[in-house]
Amino acid sequence: MFAELLQYMLSGLTIGAIYALAGLGFSIIYNASHVINFAQGEFIMIGGMASATLTASGVPLPLAILIGCGGAMLVGVLVAKFAVERARNASTVTLIIITIGASIFLRGVAELVWGKDFKRLDAFSGETPIQLMGASMQPQSLWVVGCAAVLIVAIGLFFNRTLTGKAMLATSHNRLAAQLVGIDVKRVVLASFALSAALGAIGGAVVAPITFSYTEMGIMLGLKGFTAAVLGGLGHGPGAVAGGLIVGVAEALGAGYLSSAYKDAVAFVIILAVLLFMPNGLFGKRGTERV
Amino acid sequence: MNMLTDPELAADAAPLNRRAGPALLRVEHLSREFGGVLAIGDLSFTVAAGDIHSIIGPNGAGKTTLFNLVTGVYKPSGGRVLFDGADVSGQAPYRLAARGMSRTFQNLQIFFNMTALENVMVGRHLHLDTRLLPALFRFPSLKRRDSEARDRAAELMGAVGLSKYLDADAASMPYGALKRLEIARALAAEPKLLLLDEPAAGLNATESREIDEVIKTVAADGVTIVLVEHDMKMVMGISHRITALNHGRKLAEGTPAEVAANPEVVAAYLGAAP
Amino acid sequence: MQNILHGRLTGLLAMGAIIAVLPAFLPNNFYLDVAILAGFNAVVCVGLNLLIGYAGQISLGHAGFFGIGAYASGVLAGTYGWPPVLALLAGAVFVGLLAFVVAKPILRLKGHYLAMATLGIGIIVSIVLRTESGLTGGPDGMTVEPFRIFGVELYGERVWYWVVGALLFAVVWLSLNLIDSPMGRALRAVHGSEVAAEVVGVDTARFKVLVFVLSAVFASVAGSLFAHYAGLITPAKADFFKSIELVTMVVFGGMASTFGAVVGAVVLTLLPQLLTMFQDYQQIVLGAILMATMVFMPKGLLPTLAALIPARRRA
Repeated sequence: MFAELLQYMLSGLTIGAIYALAGLGFSIIYNASHVINFAQGEFIMIGGMASATLTASGVPLPLAILIGCGGAMLVGVLVAKFAVERARNASTVTLIIITIGASIFLRGVAELVWGKDFKRLDAFSGETPIQLMGASMQPQSLWVVGCAAVLIVAIGLFFNRTLTGKAMLATSHNRLAAQLVGIDVKRVVLASFALSAALGAIGGAVVAPITFSYTEMGIMLGLKGFTAAVLGGLGHGPGAVAGGLIVGVAEALGAGYLSSAYKDAVAFVIILAVLLFMPNGLFGKRGTERV
Repeated sequence: MNMLTDPELAADAAPLNRRAGPALLRVEHLSREFGGVLAIGDLSFTVAAGDIHSIIGPNGAGKTTLFNLVTGVYKPSGGRVLFDGADVSGQAPYRLAARGMSRTFQNLQIFFNMTALENVMVGRHLHLDTRLLPALFRFPSLKRRDSEARDRAAELMGAVGLSKYLDADAASMPYGALKRLEIARALAAEPKLLLLDEPAAGLNATESREIDEVIKTVAADGVTIVLVEHDMKMVMGISHRITALNHGRKLAEGTPAEVAANPEVVAAYLGAAP
Repeated sequence: MQNILHGRLTGLLAMGAIIAVLPAFLPNNFYLDVAILAGFNAVVCVGLNLLIGYAGQISLGHAGFFGIGAYASGVLAGTYGWPPVLALLAGAVFVGLLAFVVAKPILRLKGHYLAMATLGIGIIVSIVLRTESGLTGGPDGMTVEPFRIFGVELYGERVWYWVVGALLFAVVWLSLNLIDSPMGRALRAVHGSEVAAEVVGVDTARFKVLVFVLSAVFASVAGSLFAHYAGLITPAKADFFKSIELVTMVVFGGMASTFGAVVGAVVLTLLPQLLTMFQDYQQIVLGAILMATMVFMPKGLLPTLAALIPARRRA
């Protein structure tokens, strides 16, 4: 009974950690540019595919992850520079279409480069399950949760301790004021895309041994990441992390106790229920509109 | 600003000694806070029907918040708003509009996705057939009333001096014209009470004078006006009564001459401690 | 510019003329089929444009309503043997009620939060359709009875072409009427400034709900007829990608332009057919076209082209 619950919680936290990274990526980009980047899931896919295919051709795993991460960052910067920055003043829905266009484009390129079939990546430290109070856990889950935790702490430090991070935060609070004190807001947008891409790609690499890699792996992961970001309150980093974990755990519990067929619906039921009562998410700003 | 301290100007300001009409708007002990900060505190005043009643005060005194509370854009934290004899506190703006209240905005709220004329026609909303089926199938009755609304809107645009912008896209019009467009739109609703939030802000002297005339004409037609304005020459010249606010509270109230002579008001404007 | 976009009669007549003569230029049923699909998409997009383009509210879940209409026809007319017209009406009523119930809480949300909520509803609908296989046939979908009305069976591309053409013509006419009415102005006012609309008496919540329901019903009717035409309906017609495709058509063609929505639907239905010659590069080209169009013509195809015309005249 308890073991079962624990089992669901563990697998929920594992996938929730990936949602959290994706959600954090959405939030970072949203803060810098007020854009919802629907290509976030493709960063995850790039990380997963690159590390799976590169290791298969003999590249050592750390290097493969690094290359995948660098590639995703480059792609992120290109998307920001050639699509998003140029359409700065376009409407919300136009920007959504642009990033969706980018995601279709990236999936197309990925299919061309890597093909349509599933790619396998070996677990980082074997597949001997770890027993924990009656529940068993893949060692890879520890990698996922551990990497996510390190990245999240690192991002937190980056935004609060470094000058670049502070400049990015300042831009999200007030773009004009940031510009006036000499912050290059265009570079902030580029940096936010690079950062989000890195988060996604590393997430994709560590989760690949569990989910397999394929060119469409980013679609649902991206949408769940968006859900996590909205659940926590758009632009609220810690909120996105909490949102991701909540979605992951709820999904695992829903799949375990209710119906595995409706697993993917759980996240969206939760977000609808929350938005009903908290139209700005769990931790989002509640403001009175100024007129 | 020196208007306030210049007794001569204040003295010849405004038509005095007129009998006040019955109360159209009554604000009782109204308050509103934002995150612990009191924007309006225990404010009471009455606007008599037919008056031009101005609200003055330095920046941050709570004038726009007051407008938002009266017109239902914000909900009050305490107190009541009575309009035309009924307690309307916290009612939605569109319900208040149906009762005969309309307003303009300090920061323009123009429908930039429409032509100028269409902006004013939206103001006719309450007087038109806004049901779905007649609209979908273009009932002749709807068409007829719509073209009447078009004529009325054009007339109103003429009245505020915007005749040359009839077919212009609102997005292409200059600032001064948009200020007047807001007045025309508000008037199209045929309100009993019109609240104008800084109608002359950002306008040059000539344009201000024109707005001045428009307001007087509207008032002469029997519309009660509540005016927030920084142009003291305009306020002193056309107001019947003035309520002065500072820090969300009432500082003084009376005729323009009385308020102008009030040392607390003068101090608030000049920044001295009262 | 607005005169050209809203030139009701000229536009309507031109569109009618194109619909009337087009079959003469379509060499075979394959092309008719593409035209019919474009027509169905256009019907949905005209409705969706009322919501997105005119009232300024996003929906990333309208394929859900299309799907419910389609499955209502499939299930009621097939499994339960209802007359197809009745099944279509029942689907439309159900979708209308569903849209009405969800609209009120959802349309209080703004911007990306609204996008999230509508996306969620669409995904939930598509998962239900995919999962309840006893009723819907699951991921493989279900076959749908032919459409019969007064004992006449609608059969063949030629017949369906005229049915869809007439439907599109009617829907465009209704949309043009609506936009040029007090209610239509109220909708556009909601887009322009909600607070300004409120203070002149527009019950913004009511109009947002109304246009959401109306656009959902348009989608449902199109879905029902599509199901009968295609004879097969799969959950893919209700999923997230179909929703995105519909929104993209509206934005691509030009928001706040009824004919723009039609043009967007037609172009983006044709595009994948044309892109098949790129084979493996198809997705890449599609993605690139979407990005480029939105970056260089953020207002969409038709308004951008329309804006060029008076500029030339002046020059």
